Amino acid sequence: MQDLGISILFKGVNFQRLLMGLWVTLRLALITIGLSGVFGLVFGLLMLSKRKIPKIFCRCWLEIVRFMPQLVLLYIVYFGFARLFGWDLDGETSAVIVFTFWGTAEMGDLIRGALTSIPRHQTESAAALGLTKGRIYLHVLIPQTVRRLLPQAINLSTRIIKTTALVKMINVTEVLKVGQQIIGQFYRQPDAAFWVYFVIFLLYFLVCWPFSLLARHLESHWA
Amino acid sequence: MDGSFILAHVPDYLSGAWVTLRFGLYGVICAMVLGLLCCLLRYFRIPVLQRIAGGYIELARNTPLLVQLFFLYAGLPRVGIRFSAEACAVIGLTFLGGAYMAEAFRSGLESVDRAQVEAGECIGLTRGQNIRYVIFPQALATAAPALFANVIFLIKETSVFSVLAMMDLMNVADTLRTSGGRTVEVLFMLVVAYLLILLPVSALATLVERRLRYAGFGNQHSV
Amino acid sequence: MSETILEVRDIHKSFDGPGVLRGVSLEIREGEVVVIVGPSGCGKSTLLRCINGLETIDSGEIRLRGEVISGRTRDLHLVRQKIGMVFQSYDLFPHMKVMDNLQLGPVRALGRPKAEVEREALEMLERVGLRDKAQALPRTLSGGQKQRVALVRAMMMHPEILLLDEITAALDPEMVSEVLNVVIDLASGGMTMAIVTHEMRFAEAVADRVLFLEEGVILEEGSPEQFFHEPKTERARRFLQSFTYAARRNRDGIQPKNNPGD
Repeated sequence: MQDLGISILFKGVNFQRLLMGLWVTLRLALITIGLSGVFGLVFGLLMLSKRKIPKIFCRCWLEIVRFMPQLVLLYIVYFGFARLFGWDLDGETSAVIVFTFWGTAEMGDLIRGALTSIPRHQTESAAALGLTKGRIYLHVLIPQTVRRLLPQAINLSTRIIKTTALVKMINVTEVLKVGQQIIGQFYRQPDAAFWVYFVIFLLYFLVCWPFSLLARHLESHWA
Repeated sequence: MDGSFILAHVPDYLSGAWVTLRFGLYGVICAMVLGLLCCLLRYFRIPVLQRIAGGYIELARNTPLLVQLFFLYAGLPRVGIRFSAEACAVIGLTFLGGAYMAEAFRSGLESVDRAQVEAGECIGLTRGQNIRYVIFPQALATAAPALFANVIFLIKETSVFSVLAMMDLMNVADTLRTSGGRTVEVLFMLVVAYLLILLPVSALATLVERRLRYAGFGNQHSV
Repeated sequence: MSETILEVRDIHKSFDGPGVLRGVSLEIREGEVVVIVGPSGCGKSTLLRCINGLETIDSGEIRLRGEVISGRTRDLHLVRQKIGMVFQSYDLFPHMKVMDNLQLGPVRALGRPKAEVEREALEMLERVGLRDKAQALPRTLSGGQKQRVALVRAMMMHPEILLLDEITAALDPEMVSEVLNVVIDLASGGMTMAIVTHEMRFAEAVADRVLFLEEGVILEEGSPEQFFHEPKTERARRFLQSFTYAARRNRDGIQPKNNPGD
């Protein structure tokens, strides 16, 4: 009984269990980031289109994700869709739907911002050099857009990783839930909860921090 | 949708909204103060303290609020540090928000042209006067959109307060959902409630930003 | 003979790399207008910035009315209250009206009463033809107007000496003279000034003395008549020549080239 609570993490497979729990949310985050990137590109281009309807559609979509807490959206899809449409989605599917819905709009807005940030005379002076439209995009516009976009997209990705922790609230067994199970098993160890939650806190930090550093590095490198 | 059910439960939502709004605002205000403090510690390069502020910002930005709250509410009491649920809510939101606010203030300060700082020095202002009259007003104007975005972000984040067993909007809705089974009505009211809280904040943000733009910040070089 | 206001003795300054100032000495007497010219990168702006303490010097000494002002850090703002400086980018405070820009220094730094400062500011604005702009925001002014306000802002501190760092470099050509006329007016009023400029005709008109700076040293020094018409050094001659253009020889003899491949 005298040993520190942290030792329970190294008993048996407890630590592996925590990592597996973390992987549950990380996998969701990775799927979300991938889908948001693809759909976000379409979303961003739609926002820039000259037609009114797609523009308004995207604007509304963006406002919804800006104003609704992600947890509310999760509840709507996880609990509400079953009632409204009779779709009984499991927690992970609901999470991918909601976070992709959110990530697409945010990513699309970043892409729109990056594209519009390029001064008009960049296109004009490239055209004045006699470059074809394709080459203007390839050599002038896309490199500049990527430089502006990439740091922000990486930051959005860390936000997505952090936000997927919310799946705990719709009964997905992720790292916090695993942590609670471990604490439950070792209820005789009074400071077990402290160490388990502390380690989970650190794990999230260790996952997200490198991305933040990378984003900051790219930002200062390309500024 | 059942109108009488909705009407009958308006008071529940009002009390939930009051909890969300009250603790959200406490958190926002404390986060602003903490963020400003951290930003100034770094701006003036106060030895040691600037390092601590920098480390804190990294920790808070790269971990989910949900995990922070679990650590505060369920972890710390096991080593003898005990807070009430309400205190945990405010501490957690401040811990998270302080880092975001600090970054918003920092980007504002960095956006102030070096030449402005020198112009202030050239008319013989002390460093403190220069910051108060020349640098800070301009920094605040540039930081305003990011600060408002953080306010909205933090109020949305309060939706996880339900893990602290606080009867905020989210928890009110969840309780009604599990007891009554009127999922659609419950979620509909939840969405409306969040909109009623966040739309005025957003409108205020637009108003302030427009006023600042009218004042013509960052518009001074016509070269 | 009038009193020496500014004394710069053998100052050296380098950033990373070769020295920008390599032993510059000069003296400016009360009421004197000294114009510093030279090719870009010669250290003119750095010289002014060192005088005002915006850059620290590596060695040498700067005195204002006999008092050493170089190497200070603590009460630098007290020194700067006695030295006015205007830059090419105007640098008015964009969040303040013209009047607030003018009052900030006298009221906050010098602690003078607001009403008195306001009266004086209006008089000064009148002198530069901008009295009606007192309540305007800087962004509503033209470049020339902004620069005139910047001059007034510096003058409101009643500086011992005014440093002007290429104040017309960012202006549209037609606005240059409205600003330079204000400077000439100040000079006639007895203001002591050190001016860095590329406007050679203005330099000739306003200067009591011209310094030619190249590669961080003063190569030549003299009256404007002498410097602009009979420069002593070959370097100065070449520098002055760069402001004139050779005519296209005898126009009849030249055929415009036709390049059909283009």
